[in-house]
Amino acid sequence: MTQAPTTTMTGDSHGSYPSYLIGFVLAVILTVASFAAVMTHALSPGMTMAALTVLAVVQIVVHLVFFLHMNTSTEQSWNLMCFIFAAASVIVIIGGTIFIMHDTAINMMSR
Amino acid sequence: MLGKLSLSAIPLDVPILVGTFIGVAVIGLAVLGAVTYYGKWGYLWRDWLTTVDHKRLAVMYIILAIVMLFRGFADAIMMRTQLALAYKGNPGYLPPHHYDQIFSAHGTIMIFFMAMAFMTGLMNLVVPLQIGARDVAFPFLNSLSFYMTLVGALLINISLFIGEFAQCGWLVYPPLSEMQFSPGVGVDYYIWAVQISGVGTLLTGVNFFTTIVKMRAPGMGWMQMPVFTWTAFCTTVLIMVSFPVLTVTLALLSLDRYLGMHFFTNDAGGNVMLYLSMIWTWGHPEVYILVIPAFGVFSEVTATFSQKPLFGYKTMVYATCSIMVLSFVVWVHHFFTMGAGANVNTFFGIMTMIIAVPTGVKIFNWLFTMYKGRVEFTAPMHWTLGFMITFSIGGMTGVMLAMPAADWILHNSLFLIAHFHNVIIGGVYFGYIAGMGFWFPKAFGFKLNEAWGKRAFWCWFVGFYLAFIPLYVLGLEGMTRRMNHYDNPDWYPWMLVAEVGAIVIALGIVCQLTQLYVSIRDRNLPENLDLTGDPWNGRTLEWSISSPPPAYNFAVIPDIHGLDTFHTEKQLGLKAHGKPLAPIHMPKNTSAGVFIGLFSFILGFASIWYIWWLAAIGLIGIVATMILRSANRDVDYYVPVSEIEHNEEVYSRRIAAAQAAE
Repeated sequence: MTQAPTTTMTGDSHGSYPSYLIGFVLAVILTVASFAAVMTHALSPGMTMAALTVLAVVQIVVHLVFFLHMNTSTEQSWNLMCFIFAAASVIVIIGGTIFIMHDTAINMMSR
Repeated sequence: MLGKLSLSAIPLDVPILVGTFIGVAVIGLAVLGAVTYYGKWGYLWRDWLTTVDHKRLAVMYIILAIVMLFRGFADAIMMRTQLALAYKGNPGYLPPHHYDQIFSAHGTIMIFFMAMAFMTGLMNLVVPLQIGARDVAFPFLNSLSFYMTLVGALLINISLFIGEFAQCGWLVYPPLSEMQFSPGVGVDYYIWAVQISGVGTLLTGVNFFTTIVKMRAPGMGWMQMPVFTWTAFCTTVLIMVSFPVLTVTLALLSLDRYLGMHFFTNDAGGNVMLYLSMIWTWGHPEVYILVIPAFGVFSEVTATFSQKPLFGYKTMVYATCSIMVLSFVVWVHHFFTMGAGANVNTFFGIMTMIIAVPTGVKIFNWLFTMYKGRVEFTAPMHWTLGFMITFSIGGMTGVMLAMPAADWILHNSLFLIAHFHNVIIGGVYFGYIAGMGFWFPKAFGFKLNEAWGKRAFWCWFVGFYLAFIPLYVLGLEGMTRRMNHYDNPDWYPWMLVAEVGAIVIALGIVCQLTQLYVSIRDRNLPENLDLTGDPWNGRTLEWSISSPPPAYNFAVIPDIHGLDTFHTEKQLGLKAHGKPLAPIHMPKNTSAGVFIGLFSFILGFASIWYIWWLAAIGLIGIVATMILRSANRDVDYYVPVSEIEHNEEVYSRRIAAAQAAE
């Protein structure tokens, strides 16, 4: 726990009142939109699924930016890079597994 | 009350195990007796067991790795002897039940408790010193990681004497590892040993990643980092991404076994093949976790003993990083024959072949480093040269196996066994031993004996080829792995040659033990002492301080101006520093790691045997120790300037003595 000279504190910014408010309003709008998409039956089932996926991803981004204070500033660059790397790894692992297991299931008739 | 545990769990009817137990008990009692006789318990507890010093943890990791090497090698030579005997009418001396446990234990121990422990030990010893840090980022977690690894190793070795070990290979594939086919405790021993040590490995990954990112000396940018630190960095990234996958996979298998779920069963919607995909999603990065730091060792050794900067430092860094990324997209090559279609197999086959490119780049970098260098043929350099030849052969057979069409013939044959021993012994093991010889003087202040080191190398090198080239031939002749008995007269002579190879490797291990003994005996001879802290005319920061270094490593944190700053300043004859000394902030020793380890052991052992009240005690103990540790605010202290001055003075007197001797 020696304090090395290269150490910089990350997460200096803890947001401000307006930024939390904007985040909250955006999160509410996205949530309401998701429920509306399902409850009003305005879209076909396939389109509803697609809309929900898009809304969910935007919701994640809103939470990351406004509540977890992730941005592209230098202090945050490690957090951002780690997050992108983690997301990429998850995509490789889950996407790869689906790719393999789907192909195998067709070939081996295991489903 | 005692779950599945009863007296019948102790295998008194197997003479080999009873003999082993007596041997282990005698050696264990002798060690305990010696510690008591010399009154060293207090010293052991205060200076070693409760330490958070990365250098001492490194030594303990490497001792654990060497002990596990004996265990793993004993398994190996038993298998070879069985196959040298078990031809035609002779059933050999190991019944299938016992033989299957041996090959499962051999793989598990060699990977998780020999190679991983050795790798972590080298990282612990070298990384903070190379980046000019006084300790790792989280010293207590470092101690905890060690105890997690130790507990895993203890559990797996206790399975020898209480109960049994898994009989379904080192990755316990279902459905064989499910309750239906393995009702004993063997697979549970595997699961708990690997899970507990996996926690330790993951914490090590987080710890060293943070250390390298945050604690480099001022001026040390990414491209001024020594190559070993770069490789350690890539390894920590791989650990952080892949070990959670292993944990989840084994957790799902335990849910199947303990709670009757159906993730990987044949019935009720389970999918056995998913286990293969998941375990190798971890398993392939794992082999790179092991070999990438070995590449780092070879880079340091080659550059130092060729008296030249490493050829193509940047390409080395880029090659390491591309291997790191590529190692995530190749895992299907472990199960090409499982039944995925041409699309999947082609993609993963091509990716696998591409990995050979950055690896080849590295080989050429080392060759060009030696080219026109003034190469000193020390023992670490011998291991490095042996590696370059052996690993290239292993790499070529790897590219052969990367072709799905060829893999269809060679899958699970002895050709595969020969291939991965070729890269793991020739790459990983040779690398770690080279690293141990190279950094031994840094850890202890005296050098390892050169003559015995070279003898050990030649035995390992020759023994390796005698033991594994026959396996390539046998694989091409159609012999499959994990076979207990065979009738084919064509195979018999090759198995005898492989047995001779195993015996030559055993001689190599004897030479290594002799090397340790002779080196410790002659440690005070002037040619063996390392007074200057820089016995090899080294290039990186770890050689700029005394051997062994003081607990705080650096009296003054050095300023870095470029790659190999220490070496450049040495050439220019610059004095190291003129900065004033200041009190140094250091972490205090703690016994929390020991106790969490102890309770984890209780939790693991009790869960293996279904003794649930004891498991609850273990779990509560872990949580309680954690809370106590978190509540303890007295975790650090300051080294006073007077003590630092005293150490510095002793060090300069040693340097003066060394100069006078020359």
